[in-house]
Parts: sequence; C-alpha cells; structure tokens
Amino acid sequence: MKRPPAIGDAVDRGLAPFRGRKASGLLPKARLGGPLPWVIAVMVALTVVASSGALALSNMVSAARGEVAGSATVQIIEPDSEVRSRQVAAATDVLAQLPAIAGFRVVPEEEVAATLEPWLGTASESEIVPFPGLIDVKLRGTGNERTYAAIEQALQQVAPRARIDAQAHWLAPVLSALSALKWMALTLIVTLGIVGAAAVWLAARNALGGNRDTIEIVHLLGGNDDQIARIFQRSVLLDSVIGGLLGFIVGIGATSLLARQFAALQSGMVAGGQLMAIDWVLIALVPLFAVAIAVYTARMTLLSSLRKSL
Amino acid sequence: MSMREEAIVQFDNVGLRYGTEREVLSNISFTLFSSRFYFLTGASGAGKTSLLKLLYLAQRPSRGGIRMFGRDVITLPRDKLPAFRRRMGVVFQDFRLVDHLSAFDNVALPLRVSGVREADLREPVADMLEWVGLAHRAEARPATLSGGEQQRVAIARAVIGRPEILIADEPTGNVDPEMAVKLLRLFTALNRLGTTVVVATHDIQLLQKVPDSMIMRLSKGMLSDPTGALRYPPRREQNGARP
Repeated sequence: MKRPPAIGDAVDRGLAPFRGRKASGLLPKARLGGPLPWVIAVMVALTVVASSGALALSNMVSAARGEVAGSATVQIIEPDSEVRSRQVAAATDVLAQLPAIAGFRVVPEEEVAATLEPWLGTASESEIVPFPGLIDVKLRGTGNERTYAAIEQALQQVAPRARIDAQAHWLAPVLSALSALKWMALTLIVTLGIVGAAAVWLAARNALGGNRDTIEIVHLLGGNDDQIARIFQRSVLLDSVIGGLLGFIVGIGATSLLARQFAALQSGMVAGGQLMAIDWVLIALVPLFAVAIAVYTARMTLLSSLRKSL
Repeated sequence: MSMREEAIVQFDNVGLRYGTEREVLSNISFTLFSSRFYFLTGASGAGKTSLLKLLYLAQRPSRGGIRMFGRDVITLPRDKLPAFRRRMGVVFQDFRLVDHLSAFDNVALPLRVSGVREADLREPVADMLEWVGLAHRAEARPATLSGGEQQRVAIARAVIGRPEILIADEPTGNVDPEMAVKLLRLFTALNRLGTTVVVATHDIQLLQKVPDSMIMRLSKGMLSDPTGALRYPPRREQNGARP
C-alpha cells in the first residue's frame, strides 16, 4: 500500500468562511423551485402599491394643509344685493386695516354662481337664492381661534351678519380621512413586512428540515453555524432578489396605472398627491428592504435552529 | 512503538442515556494515545455507535468527563467544537455522503469547510481519490457508486484533512472480505503516519489483521479492556509520555 497523498499546508484549521458557488452547491435546490421568490414578489408588489399610495396621500395632505393654512373665507350674508355690495366694500376697508391680514380678494359673484351652478342652476336663478358675498382672506401666519374671533368682531361692525370660516376647519374631516388612509397604508406595509418575514421564516425552517442530513454532515466535518447559515442565506438572497425585482416591476406597473387613472380626474387636491423624486427613491428601496428583511430573517431563523443542535 | 505518544482522548466515568431511558453507556473510562490503532468491538446494540458519537462530538454524555486534545470538551462552548471536529476524521457506518455532490466534491468538502482555496484543493483531492482507487469515478454521484466505492469515498473524505484521529464505524460492514482487507490497509497506512485510528467492528477476524492494535470491548454499555492497553486512569507523568 502506497502512502496517502500529502496535502502540505493547504488545510487551514482556522474558521475561514465557507461561501460562494461551491458552498451553495450543498443545497440541491433549483432556482424558483420553491414558493419563496413568488411570495416575495407578491409582498413587494403589494408593498410598492401601498407605499406609493401612502406617499401620495401624505403629499396630498401636506399640499392641502399648506394651501389652507392661514386661509379663510369671509361671508357677508345679506339677502339684499345692494346692501350686501355696500357691506362687502366696507368689509374690505376693515380688512385692509387689520394687521393680522396679509391679503384678501373679493370673490366675484359670477365665480360664486359658476361654482354653485351644478347645485343651484344658472346665474339668473341667483335672484331666487341669494348668494353670500365672499372674500378670500390670507392671514399673516396660520391664525388661531382668537384671531378669527377678532376679525369677525371687526367685520360685524360694518356687516352685522358677517362671519369668517377658516378653510382648515371645513377641510379638517377630509384631511383627517386622508391621514387615516395614509396610516392604514403604512400599517399594511408593516403587515406585509411581517408576513414576508414569516414566509421566509417558514421557508428557512423547511429548507433546514429538508437538508438536515447535509447540515449534520457539514457540522460533523467541522463546519460552524455561520458557515451553514451563509449557505442558506445565499440561496434566500438569490430567491429574494429575483422575487423582489419581479414584484417591483409589477408594483410599479400597477402604481403607474393608478396614477394615470387619478390624474384623469383633474382634481386640484389629487394633483397635490403627485409623487416627488424622493418618493420614487423610497419606493425603489422597497425591494432592497425586502431582500434585507428576507436575508436577516433567514439568518436569524437558521442560527436559532442550529443552536439547538450540538 | 518508538514514537512518542500523547493522551489525546480521555473518558472519565462517562454515562449516556437517551431521554429517560436507562443508560446505553455506563461508567466508560479510557484513554486513547496518539499514533495507536484501536478496535472497538461488541455485539450489535452494545453501544459502539453511541460511544463513537461521543468521540466525534455528535453527542454530549449524560454524565462524566471527556477531554480531547488536552481540553475538556463537555464544558466547551458549542462554537468552539468545530475546531475540534476538524482535527478528526469520521467514516460513518452508512457513509453519509452528500447525494447530489460528486465523489470529488464529497472528498473536497472538509477542505472547503476548512477554508482551503479551490486552487489549493484540486490536487490533494485528486491524489486522495487516486489513493483509494477512485480517480476514474471522481465525477460520479454516490448513487452510481457501489457500496465499496462509496465506502472508499467516505474514507477519502475522512482522511483528506489529515486528521489526528480517525474514527470509523463498521467500515467493513458493507464490503466483501477482499475489500475489507484493502480498507484496513488504508487505515494502517494512515496509522503509520501518526494518525490515531479507532475502528468499531463486530468482525473478530479483522482484529487479528492489525497485530499492534488495542481492543476495547463493549458489552451492554459497559467497557472491558481485554488487551490491558487502555490504562485508566492515565499515568501521572503528563507531557503525554506513555508508560
């Protein structure tokens, strides 16, 4: 019997990482063979749509808040049109003298009639239902209850039935509903993240169970937990990158379609919900986060399971 | 044997039980010295495989102490165990080759786990396969190899990292007598190079083929020492000098 071959100094007894293609070859799993890439694709697609919605709603709320902050409408309620015109003129004089007022604009009666036309009919019918005199007011700063009360009091000196409405007041329920939708979308994103992590957890445990013999052999040959976790991580990384890309493409497609539908509404408020460059960057981060969550979850699951063995 | 020997494994009153069952191994005490050839014999169910599992650190004992390479491995944190396992080579009774890897990749596995670069492992793995007479089957998957060929791949995998101790569980159990002799020659060749060899077998004929071997006999979980060579407790003159 000849001597066994010498292997010289080739064997390093240190705990060098066992990684790369050769390491991942220990798992006999085919790409896209399991459900993980598809689960991640669905999660990412839904998260992209939910994120786009949340960001658009957030922009819409911010734009609307900015627009109505410090804005108010003065109503001169007087059925007699001549008296009303006099009171409107007197009110503008009062407003011009108030230091809290940054600017104002008397809303022409035709504009009011055009706005109310869908509900009240043509302008000629305004004789039957008298319109109030309207003055759009812009305050210095955002204004508060006391400011509005003081303005109203000053106006009532010249127009006894004058009243001032902060636009933020009547828009508050709408903004509140939009905010609620935004938070619902964010909750949906978090839920999707948890569901995605749970799917990876299950897949990792399943992969561990299916490859228990190989893992045990690697362990007995001196492989450590980190080396074994790396093998699986690489597999999960590839699956999640494929799933993430697929989901991102589908999500962006769906978002673009929705954006086009909403843009067709030509509503001023909806226009405020347009996505900015930073929003697109955040949306582009969704698949990256998905990959990071998947790899981290897989690693933690694997290490925690491996720790139970000797 | 003129070679200087060290106590590399010491079992001290070791007991092993699975769950709440009675002990499958009781009061096991022995010392294994470097460069020695040991046979572990006993009838089926005597506890040979359980004892080997303790040896190759696949199992912790229920009681007692085990020292390996001068360290207490019972209290050792589990993240330190891989370094110890890399100093051992194990031939499993059922080979435990990775089914979807070729013979070459199976043999290369311990080197890859140890972090040897691909360029550095090709030659030693090819040499090792040639040594066990399987150079021509390097790309074959285990399922396409005969029992004897699988056994030789398992042996090549166990010795490729040049372990300090080689543990083989019934290595000749699945091969014909001619192949059994060949395999035994592989083990003795390694032993001559300084590797401690522990072979579990129930084949009494095999014991006579290695004249200098020590025999540990297991019966119903208890160990006896028919050759009087296990010497427990080890002599006090440490530094590993054999009495």
